[in-house]
Amino acid sequence: MTSADVAVAGPGEAGPPPGDPPEADVGAAEGRGAEAGVLTRALRRPALGALLGAVAVFVVFAVTDSTPQHLWLTQTGFQAWAQQAAFFGIMAVPVGLLMIGGEFDLSTGGMTGFCAIIMALLVGNEHWNAWAAVAVTFAFGAAIGAVNGIVVTRSGLPSFIVTLATYFVFRGLSVGGVLKVNHGSTSIGLTGTDHPGLKSAKDVFGGSFAHSNGLPAGYQDAILWFVGVTAVAVWLLGRTRFGNWVFAVGGDADAARKVGVPVRRTKVLLFMGTSTAAALVGVISFLQSNTAVSEQGVGYEFYYIIAAVVGGCLLTGGHGSALGAALGACIIGMALQGVIYSGWDSSWDFTFLGAILFLAVAVNTLTHRRAMRARR
Amino acid sequence: MTMLLEADGVGKYFGNVRALSEVSLSVRAGQVTCVLGDNGAGKSTLIKILSGVFAPDEGEVRVDGAAVRFHSPRDALSAGIATVFQDLAMVPLMAIWRNFYLGSEPTKGWGPWRRFDARAARAGTREALAAMGIDLRDPDQPVGTLSGGERQSVAIARAVHFGARVLILDEPTSALGVKQAGVVLRRVVQARERGLGVVFITHNPHHAHPVGDRFVVLNRGRLLGDFAKDEIGRDELVRLMSGGAELETLGHELERIPGIAAPTEPQAGSAPSDLRAVPAPAESQDGPEPAQTHAAPVSTESQAGPAPAEALDENG
Repeated sequence: MTSADVAVAGPGEAGPPPGDPPEADVGAAEGRGAEAGVLTRALRRPALGALLGAVAVFVVFAVTDSTPQHLWLTQTGFQAWAQQAAFFGIMAVPVGLLMIGGEFDLSTGGMTGFCAIIMALLVGNEHWNAWAAVAVTFAFGAAIGAVNGIVVTRSGLPSFIVTLATYFVFRGLSVGGVLKVNHGSTSIGLTGTDHPGLKSAKDVFGGSFAHSNGLPAGYQDAILWFVGVTAVAVWLLGRTRFGNWVFAVGGDADAARKVGVPVRRTKVLLFMGTSTAAALVGVISFLQSNTAVSEQGVGYEFYYIIAAVVGGCLLTGGHGSALGAALGACIIGMALQGVIYSGWDSSWDFTFLGAILFLAVAVNTLTHRRAMRARR
Repeated sequence: MTMLLEADGVGKYFGNVRALSEVSLSVRAGQVTCVLGDNGAGKSTLIKILSGVFAPDEGEVRVDGAAVRFHSPRDALSAGIATVFQDLAMVPLMAIWRNFYLGSEPTKGWGPWRRFDARAARAGTREALAAMGIDLRDPDQPVGTLSGGERQSVAIARAVHFGARVLILDEPTSALGVKQAGVVLRRVVQARERGLGVVFITHNPHHAHPVGDRFVVLNRGRLLGDFAKDEIGRDELVRLMSGGAELETLGHELERIPGIAAPTEPQAGSAPSDLRAVPAPAESQDGPEPAQTHAAPVSTESQAGPAPAEALDENG
């Protein structure tokens, strides 16, 4: 189905920008009694731009791949970027939902690191059962999201500011707190040998699967979590009442309130979604590496936001797609790994990301405008 | 016929300011009661009382003859009184069908599998719109791409679909062009045909007269008159609601300015000659076409009457 979308939309997208094709299309869409044109329908899908972008980026790196065995097109290359994409995507998808709901969360990056530190302290230092530590970490994540959400919805302050404050608090805690507890070291690992439940927890969160001759290390479990989170988000957004409310509170909170949508509750739940996902990332990263480091994850909140925007989520809320945010994460994963595979200087990563972000916003705005073009 | 909704001598103060006093009106099933008045006449205070936004300080509101006290628009809604406010409570970026059921989404499945029944919502939207004679090509269209009249129509269809018995429309035609206003007036007639009582708030007598059965005219928070259709003609309505004497003076003043044959405002234009010429009750049987009684400014009126053909037919 997706390939059909691409095939149909291809000419319109690739063709020269000047006036003719759009006008012809609008005329078709206006046709009396006809359903909206295929192109208009495709353009209304926010994930389309991200899909085209992902394909484009993939092809670019397939061409520029400078590894001896052309690894980009093998399992090795796929595993590399998929794994990177998974870490961004588990966050980008709920961040995208929150953005559709009209709010921002800047505390996400710091939260992932802080949750990893909680895991490390409980499992590594305190020798808790790993599953109990996982439960506590998730509960902590959910609670922080609830606090963020309640403060934002009750105070009427912009979420940008509120979560920026949360972000700094956690950043400070993850340095100062860890130094204090950990006697001057910023890295917490496993101490001793007695770690109940650690092995089974690792199997679920930090393990790997599908080992083969081509790829002895297999794929990380994180990729499955990424797929799972995306699937749940797609379902929530497209097929539940809650999803309808998310679009509504982001599009016009007043109108939503008037028809009986619980605006505050919806937003608080969205904040809890991002922070719980941050706990998941923290748990996974600790169980993969057995260590947590102060300030890990700091700065990543912008990757998540970039992924969501690249995926077609409107910065002002009310429009977007979970699948798009996931594809956005794939684009970022491919970009960061592709630079390495192509043998380019990775100091240019950020420039590259900036260009992608700008392009994505431009494409989104254009397609969105066209899809929303009023018939008068 | 039953009185669906009545206001009896209602009044409202804001601090020391008397926004509304001693106003009464009634709506029957299958009738349109128009509330007319200039800006500041108290129209919006009156509908806010009727729709449960606030309670009256004096008088009472009755539903089916029984006194009620609404504490919120929800209360009014559960009594079957739905209000379509000017902002329509719709989210422009969302598809029509998502908007239509927003806050009252149909679901299927159970527990964690409980989901928004999108198919039922699409079909239901299409059906409800069709029942109101609204033909939209594509329920997946975002509401923001609809024209103003279409948007009003969808909001009205939504209120009707969710079981309203009384429909309160807050200036539904005020921001619309002539053609779009006609579309909305058609919906008003359709709601009436379906047996709803309609309270139609407007400051435009040319919109009110073709579709209304009763006309309640407000001025500065007071009731200026309450007429059945056969008691008042359109021009009398125009004169009444804009304060006849003031308008007459204005008309004379404007006539003295060289180069202005007739003022451009339709109300002002028709007023001076109509004041004496129109015997109010006599002509109203023929609907709002008072051309025979006066000769002068017919041309200025033509732009004012967007009355759709159906609406006029219904009245005949």
